[in-house]
Amino acid sequence: MAMIDEPLYPIAVLIDELKNEDIQLRLNSIRRLSTIARALGEERTRKELIPFLSENNDDDDEVLLAMAEELGVFIPYVGGVEYANVLLPPLETLCTVEETCVRDKAVESLCRIGAQLREQDLVESFIPLVKRLASGEWFAARVSSCGLFHIAYPTAPDALKTELRTIYGQLCQDDMPMVRRSAATNLGKFAASVEAPHLKVDIMSIFDDLTQDDQDSVRLLAVEGCAALGKLLEPQDCVAHILPVIVNFSQDKSWRVRYMVANQLYELCEAVGPEPTRSDLVPAYVRLLRDNEAEVRIAAAGKVTKFCRILNPELTIQHILPCVKELSTDSSQHVRSALASVIMGMAPILGKDATIEQLLPIFLSLLKDEFPDVRLNIISKLDQVNQVIGIDLLSQSLLPAIVELAEDRHWRVRLAIIEYIPLLASQLGVGFFDDKLGALCMQWLKDKVYSIRDAAANNVKRLAEEFGPDWAMQHIVPQVLDMINNPHYLYRMTILHAISLLAPVMGSDITCSKLLPVVINASKDRVPNIKFNVAKVLQSLIPIVDQSVVEKTIRPCLVELSEDPDVDVRFFAGQALESSDQVMMSS
Amino acid sequence: MNGGDEVVAASTGSPQPLDWKFSQVFGERTAGEEVQEVDIISAIEFDKTGDHLATGDRGGRVVLFERTDTKDHGVSRRDLERMDYPISRHPEFRYKTEFQSHEPEFDYLKSLEIEEKINKIRWWQTANGALFVLSTNDKTIKFWKVTSQETNLVARCRRVYAHAHDYHINSISNNSDGETFISADDLRINLWNLEISNQSFNIVDVKPANMEDLTEVITSAEFHPTHCNMLAYSSSKGSIRLIDLRQSALCDSHAKLFEELEAPGSRSFFTEIIASISDIKFAKDGRYILSRDYMTLKLWDINMDSGPVATFQVHEYLRPKLCDLYENDSIFDKFECCLSGDGLRVATGSYSNLFRVFGCYPGSTEATTLEASKNPMRRQVQTPSRPSRSLSSITRVVRRGAETPGVDANGNSFDFTTKLLHLAWHPTEHSIACAAANSLYMYYA
Repeated sequence: MAMIDEPLYPIAVLIDELKNEDIQLRLNSIRRLSTIARALGEERTRKELIPFLSENNDDDDEVLLAMAEELGVFIPYVGGVEYANVLLPPLETLCTVEETCVRDKAVESLCRIGAQLREQDLVESFIPLVKRLASGEWFAARVSSCGLFHIAYPTAPDALKTELRTIYGQLCQDDMPMVRRSAATNLGKFAASVEAPHLKVDIMSIFDDLTQDDQDSVRLLAVEGCAALGKLLEPQDCVAHILPVIVNFSQDKSWRVRYMVANQLYELCEAVGPEPTRSDLVPAYVRLLRDNEAEVRIAAAGKVTKFCRILNPELTIQHILPCVKELSTDSSQHVRSALASVIMGMAPILGKDATIEQLLPIFLSLLKDEFPDVRLNIISKLDQVNQVIGIDLLSQSLLPAIVELAEDRHWRVRLAIIEYIPLLASQLGVGFFDDKLGALCMQWLKDKVYSIRDAAANNVKRLAEEFGPDWAMQHIVPQVLDMINNPHYLYRMTILHAISLLAPVMGSDITCSKLLPVVINASKDRVPNIKFNVAKVLQSLIPIVDQSVVEKTIRPCLVELSEDPDVDVRFFAGQALESSDQVMMSS
Repeated sequence: MNGGDEVVAASTGSPQPLDWKFSQVFGERTAGEEVQEVDIISAIEFDKTGDHLATGDRGGRVVLFERTDTKDHGVSRRDLERMDYPISRHPEFRYKTEFQSHEPEFDYLKSLEIEEKINKIRWWQTANGALFVLSTNDKTIKFWKVTSQETNLVARCRRVYAHAHDYHINSISNNSDGETFISADDLRINLWNLEISNQSFNIVDVKPANMEDLTEVITSAEFHPTHCNMLAYSSSKGSIRLIDLRQSALCDSHAKLFEELEAPGSRSFFTEIIASISDIKFAKDGRYILSRDYMTLKLWDINMDSGPVATFQVHEYLRPKLCDLYENDSIFDKFECCLSGDGLRVATGSYSNLFRVFGCYPGSTEATTLEASKNPMRRQVQTPSRPSRSLSSITRVVRRGAETPGVDANGNSFDFTTKLLHLAWHPTEHSIACAAANSLYMYYA
């Protein structure tokens, strides 16, 4: 009896909760819609659940969003593709709500279902749905319709195809900017589904209109369309139709449009091909690098390496490098920072000689930049230069930069440089590291800020991984273990944390001989926080060390801690003992 | 008539001065009834179609009204207009709903009380039959959706745009792109995307590095009605700056500056105070900007930055009284202004619950003074050149609302406590809604 009731009872509850006052309950229920559907069976899902959901469209956005998502994967629960039609009405309704994220999700789900529909259903149900939305009274429906054309179009009969193209053209000239934006956003997808002859005529004329829209926000999206359309067109058509538009956009009055061009330039270059890139887009790009709006220069500077990769080194040196030099002393720190984050990647493109001659002075000046982000960005990409010219030429300037960052008064800057230390270590080699950076790594373990100490402990582990246990035994472990005697318990705690991280890297022998005694000793600490951290560390050491060590050393210590007057210490000691029992049982 | 005038030539000949009539009043006080501070209306705004009207008050409430005279016909209003069907009746509104938009708050970090008073209301695009309204107090902007559920109207707050202003917000304004709006405080203007409430972009910042160097603050800002990249803001020094968002991300340098140089020798202690612009409005076509300062209304052509194309004296008769007005702080009152949908007339408020309508079409001498009461014309002044007549009688309204009616040497009364600060012109018809304390009066012509 109970066996039968149990699975049904929750279903009844879930169905009830679909109508509950409490939004959280409705939400939970919607999220488990598939469970409900399975319990109801395919037929009742089609005849009862789906109609119920269709009417239930006045709910909170969160519920509607979840519903829109669930319905997208609902085909199996209504009886497979032949019944997928029944899912269209509730999603059509969701396409008309005014909350954008709900609509977007409903469109996504409709696309997903549309892609699986039988041809007949597409023609008889899906395409009429798209047309209804496209002629919707409120703009929300029309906005949604734009994202469905690429699914509807391919299977449509010719007459209907013509109609769909016409409707799309109208949407691109809708009174509401929201609709035009949606049409511009989806133009690339729609264009990809349209046959080549129509692409050149209908779609290109739609595109031309969008590129001349009064609203900046529409033109911005048309820039994105350039790349998508360009990839669909034959190269010569692309050069004839897209290239002039791009060049025009790169000189648009609106900085936001130019910003988009700068951001999209690489894709645009791919679309038009290498030759037009050299002849037309290089001058456009140079203009963007020298734009009077910093935001545009930031976007352009960030693409400099990608862009140069499709040029030959001569063109790069002749046209782009002079701009790069200017940007390295740009008045905006964000421009310099964007440049610093990519400029190292130019070294492999230019080759050794040009890098030393042209790029090195720029690297060095950026390494001395007053803005820490700029320096950090250079350091983070050091490996790219190392491959080309070696690190020696840079190391002179590198060290002061690193030391300064290591002592920066903003802890986030210190944190950033710590994270690059293993990279630096691998690039600079053991010798350089021992001399210069070792002391810094120890210093961070005693930082005032917890996040820094935490990162420093992790850093010690990564260094041990990089240079191996032998090196670590010599250069890290003794120094770290020394600090366990620090008078402040927070620092002692950092060391315990570092030990727990180091142990797996160092292996069983060193852990037993060097690390474990320190931990055991710390169990006598007067601060309870240290003691329960000892319990935690010991628990983490159990799988690393030999069973006999656990028996002889770890367990007695834990047993002692489990009788500690402090409740937390007892708790963690108990937990550790339990896990040691489990290890014993399994072995 | 001026033969070179295109606007008038295009319309039905020379406009006649409008004959204003009382239409409706909401929240009329009975004699002797005291006005509750929280009930005083602090913002009025028609939506784009003119089918709805919103008011905000000092108690943080927003009240919505809907037009009733167009809904009786079977055909939609738009169709009627297309058929050139004369809508014989003047706009009539009825109470639709109200909701509590803002509550009093306390900023613990700055030890500042934040009043719930609604500073501005802006209508957003209607969608799916629901109404959308942006409302703001000094610090926080809210986006409201009003829907009818079964028989009730429900207002739900959809988004809250907070923590972006260090100073008091004086304006919000929608962009024609339907996705962004601006909010302006004393020193900065921020740009928002309606769908993103946790970030905004600062587009104008006039805060000097050292606050002691502060000489000018932003008093009002508005987007151009059709050009998505243009906006205008006014300052306490009497200038209007037109900025172009296309030029730069931070628009501290203006594209155009409109200001009138003061006549030499006329400078006094009050010059700067009365030059401060309290409100600016773009005309519907976006070519003209109307501005209100303490003494005048000025109409500017955005293609002519040498000076206003028209100046209308509103408070010239108060010039001898500036000292008193300064003493009682009235000189800092912020009067709003509005333009008719056809751009041929302008209106603004005054003291004693009076408001004035001027014709700004060429050759116009139209200058009407009306009183926010059921009988608006009884205090009409025939010639604007003799404004003192508007003060020649102590009216019922004045007496009723007055707490300290001042009487000057000539026996003229000044009632600085009953001031008509907020008013709005219907976007398509000759209908004005104006606020007299807690009452909303509507007139048509």
